[in-house]
Amino acid sequence: MKSLTDYEKIGRSKKRRQAAGKTVTYVLLSIWALIVLFPFYWMILCSVKSYSAYNSEYIPKFFTLSPTFQNYVDAFTAVPLAKYFANTIIFTLATTAIMLVVIVLAAFAFARLEFKGKNLLFTLFLALMMIPNELVIITNFVTITNWDMRNTFMGLILPSVTSVFYIYLLKENFEQVPEELYKAAKVDGTSDLKYLCKVLLPICKPTVTTITILKVIECWNSYVWPRLITDDENYFLVSNGIQEIRENGFGRENIPAMMAAVVVISVPLIILFLIFHKKIMEGVSRGGTKG
Amino acid sequence: MEKNNLKAWLYLLPAILFLGIFMVYPLIDVFVYSFEEGYNSASQTFFGIGTYNYSYVLRDPYFLQALKNTFILVIITVPLSTGIALLISLGLSSIKKVREWYQTIFFLPYVTNTLAVGLVFMILFKKTPYSDGLMNLLLSLFGVSPIDFMDGPYWAKMVVLCFYTVWVVMPFKILILTSALASVNEDYYKAAKVDGTSAFRTFRRITLPMISPMLFYLIITGFIGAFKAYSDAVALFGTNLNAAEMNTIVGYIYDMLYGNSGGYPSYASAAAIILFVIVLTITCINLLLSKKYVHY
Repeated sequence: MKSLTDYEKIGRSKKRRQAAGKTVTYVLLSIWALIVLFPFYWMILCSVKSYSAYNSEYIPKFFTLSPTFQNYVDAFTAVPLAKYFANTIIFTLATTAIMLVVIVLAAFAFARLEFKGKNLLFTLFLALMMIPNELVIITNFVTITNWDMRNTFMGLILPSVTSVFYIYLLKENFEQVPEELYKAAKVDGTSDLKYLCKVLLPICKPTVTTITILKVIECWNSYVWPRLITDDENYFLVSNGIQEIRENGFGRENIPAMMAAVVVISVPLIILFLIFHKKIMEGVSRGGTKG
Repeated sequence: MEKNNLKAWLYLLPAILFLGIFMVYPLIDVFVYSFEEGYNSASQTFFGIGTYNYSYVLRDPYFLQALKNTFILVIITVPLSTGIALLISLGLSSIKKVREWYQTIFFLPYVTNTLAVGLVFMILFKKTPYSDGLMNLLLSLFGVSPIDFMDGPYWAKMVVLCFYTVWVVMPFKILILTSALASVNEDYYKAAKVDGTSAFRTFRRITLPMISPMLFYLIITGFIGAFKAYSDAVALFGTNLNAAEMNTIVGYIYDMLYGNSGGYPSYASAAAIILFVIVLTITCINLLLSKKYVHY
């Protein structure tokens, strides 16, 4: 009889300990979630406070009762935010589109075609993955300057239209497609290009989508190269645009308008993330790194 | 299968062309630049060949400041972010309810524009004549007197930079560690449970060895990433990092290339190669250490 109650006691205390552990876990996770989300809340909050309200708060308020959209109007009228935005969209779309063509062709050659020196060339490609961007950016800067491509879209786009890593990723994916399909296509007299577009790409669509999204994120956030290669405001992207706004835009004190610009810049990617978060996270865990 | 050499090279041509011009050639060129003394970017002439650029960079107080900042940043943020990420991932893998929600939220900083969100961090920490800022308000609850984080003492600025860097690198680490933890075979845990092994011992003897390859991968990429820190600092302190004493090695390279103190690709190249050597050395040390501790 006595031993049974002992077991019960042990069982109960164990359950209690587990419950306590669960609570601690949830609290810790929630704290980190708060740290992650708070900056986003704060930027939206500040962006709807009026200029005078913001500056009169010695102790910042955590909410506002009289939201205003004046700051968003200012962000689009007082500074060329719309221009930065349009530039970034052009840059992102063009870079991603050209890159897709380049890497699909290269990956196809590595995956399906036989040619002399294939293995050697592929090894060389892989070796290029280890080269840090910082090492080659100096010469690229000089090259683009010498080609008179500073302050042009060409200058912005050209150096970032290839990615060895994505070629590698796509090649691996192409190789998983049964080779019989290729041989059957050959027998039917289908050209390589047609096979690539009609068979291979539709089958490998998930990987292509992942690559596209990751590249779009990278383009949208790129800062270093645009900053080096443009000093004409007409070619600024959002990253160096926001830096320009901060240093010469509304005047340093107009924080609410600045935050409105920050919200406008952040929203497209956040929407993209909310739609594709599974794909993005899966793609990144397969080997993407930031920067 | 018949060889179709010409066609294959045609397919590869765009990739080879772009990689050749923008990666292979620059890689050789950067070494050439770094040894050309007194290079003039306007006339593209130089006086001679030697190691002057390296000795100039190594004696430049701005470079030494950048070197110091970068090392402090690396030493603080790499262990801190990896540690916290491990803790959070362990927490994540121990719960079932709303786990996906947490995972999605934690990943959010990955997709945000570093420059834009950096501004938010700046105003959170900034002390102005009108307001002490939110962070100081929070600290005053613990009886800390207001600190000027953005324009104040060196250590305060470093705290902000480290905090923001950790915030930015965390999503990637959490993601990798959570998937590493999920891939550990359940049977090991069941066996440990049968044996009545304590939670801590289970973690040390089963979890840690099983995820050690991924952990080391994160540490290595973490070191490399932290050594290349730049945008985070710009986002917080503006483009004139030298004035804020917050420059990093990469920032120094870009300043030498372009901007107010720019026009010296030779110095930039020398600094870039010094950075590359540092990163390579650290990575090799990491790899050697990993041989000893990592279970593959």
